[in-house]
Amino acid sequence: MAATSDRTRFRVVRPLHPFHAFLLAGMVPLFFGGLLCDWAYRSSQHIQWSNFASWLITGAMVLCGIALVCSIFGLFRGGRPGLLHFLLLLATFVLGFINALVHGQDAWAIFPEALVLSLIVTALAIVATWQGFSGYRAGGVS
Amino acid sequence: MNRVHVFAAATATVLLASCGGTPPAPEYGANPTLPEPSRGLLPSMVIASPGEWGDRRPVVPDGYRITAIATDLKIPRQTLVLPNGDILVAEGRGGSAAKLKPKDIIAGPIKAAGNTSVKGGNRLSLLRDADGDGTYELQSVFAENLNAPYGLALVGNALYVANQDALVRFDYREGQTQASGAPVKVADLPSDINHHWTKSMTASPDGRFLYVGIGSNSNITERGMTAEVDRAVVWQIDPATGMHKAYATGLRNPTALAILPGTDQLWAAVNERDELGPNLVPDYLTSVREGGFYGWPYSYWGQNVDPRVMPQDPEKVASAIKPDYALGSHVAALGLDFSVAAMGGAFANGAFVGEHGSWNRAEPVGYKVVFVPFRNGRPAGDPIDFVSGFNVDGTTYGRPVGVTVDPRGALIVADDLSNTIWRVTPETPVTPAAPTSPPEPAATDGASPEAAPAGEGASTPPVP
Repeated sequence: MAATSDRTRFRVVRPLHPFHAFLLAGMVPLFFGGLLCDWAYRSSQHIQWSNFASWLITGAMVLCGIALVCSIFGLFRGGRPGLLHFLLLLATFVLGFINALVHGQDAWAIFPEALVLSLIVTALAIVATWQGFSGYRAGGVS
Repeated sequence: MNRVHVFAAATATVLLASCGGTPPAPEYGANPTLPEPSRGLLPSMVIASPGEWGDRRPVVPDGYRITAIATDLKIPRQTLVLPNGDILVAEGRGGSAAKLKPKDIIAGPIKAAGNTSVKGGNRLSLLRDADGDGTYELQSVFAENLNAPYGLALVGNALYVANQDALVRFDYREGQTQASGAPVKVADLPSDINHHWTKSMTASPDGRFLYVGIGSNSNITERGMTAEVDRAVVWQIDPATGMHKAYATGLRNPTALAILPGTDQLWAAVNERDELGPNLVPDYLTSVREGGFYGWPYSYWGQNVDPRVMPQDPEKVASAIKPDYALGSHVAALGLDFSVAAMGGAFANGAFVGEHGSWNRAEPVGYKVVFVPFRNGRPAGDPIDFVSGFNVDGTTYGRPVGVTVDPRGALIVADDLSNTIWRVTPETPVTPAAPTSPPEPAATDGASPEAAPAGEGASTPPVP
């Protein structure tokens, strides 16, 4: 009986699903790469960096969008990482989308919004991922 | 500041802040009103929604009639009226610009919805009205296997065609309905990327030089300045040697060139940059000064610096010439020709401009042919609608491109959406105009093709 009870409790406190983990871990370097490319364009005035930034952010947004959907399922399952994780991902997605639109402007028109937004979105993505992975510890114990 | 405003709007997640509903400002003429640049997170876009002409016709002024003289063409762009009255039509679609950003992949199909789905012909068609009754009963393929031909010019017996990648020459004999052989290459034209691929062309009055308009490779340097070598310029080419020089620079997309009759002065219709708001930047009509710089990309309408261009060039900005005459922002002027007395009183002295119509504007503009009156060799007065009714209640029936004045008293308009050639004539011939050159033997009456019976139907329905 005791063993069964333990197993039940273990299931309720779910660790992050590997697919969700993959999405979170993937979007961070993409957003961060976008930020670095924005910075490179700002300092070199070489347009190719801006193209790179656009694609990196688009890639990050695909992962972020799927992760957001995962986090909505997570809300209904009642496990970790929960509401805060969803809200962090939502903020990342909304600002990331605006950032993608900003990057759709031509040449230098993306500044200064692009650099500021890339910085904020990268920070949000890191926090969301960190917070998401923190769920492992809670799941493994007890 | 506008940037601050945009950023504030962005963070407030007002996603679709657009500039829609802005009333049209008086932005014609020599001193257009230039508002501050503005752009929402998305550019304002209203794409033409194509419809069939059916029994509908473009609208022309009282005293004029319009007929479709050729239909079912393969994207007609520019036309040339030959000395015997035959009309050559350049058909095709060019451009090979790679998609650079996610934006290009999304915007491409959206903009394509406003154009014809027909495959470009890459050919020249010849239209002939042998008996001068206003019906062009003969339609033949003059030359095939060209590469997106656009600019056309006849100098003596040499017919020059500006393909999107090269200037070529055919030997032309009056009365020919088909070229006698393959064209000879005169000169290569800049064709890498070819974002703006159309190569407009006209010849100097003495026939010694050809002028070729070469558009920029981007809206506003988003492909980098290395892509803009030999772009946004008008070349002067010596057809005897193929040598060229940059005649004028900084003209973003000089889509039509013409010489003002009675002068040596070259004029150009130029398409200006997008995504600075609904009332920026005016497309324009200007005389082209040899050695002149007209602003692109660093500035527009003289010294208005475009902040999207980096690095900037203050010396170039200082030297930028203000164009002569604003046609309105986003109208997409693609055709230009000067009128003749035979076109009739109010439209005898001035320039016809074909306006393909806007995409980057909540309230569509263009989609018509306007007449810009001239006095003493300069534009004088507001543009007057000459052919309109292409875009009615959200449906687009046609989009004008090239306009050519037939010296016998007719305006030829190429429509690249309905793939039609329109011909506008005064209902009563203005003057018994003598032909500028003898008609070819086959033409029984090349002198007065417009003298059709008044009771005859004013138009032939184009077959959809």
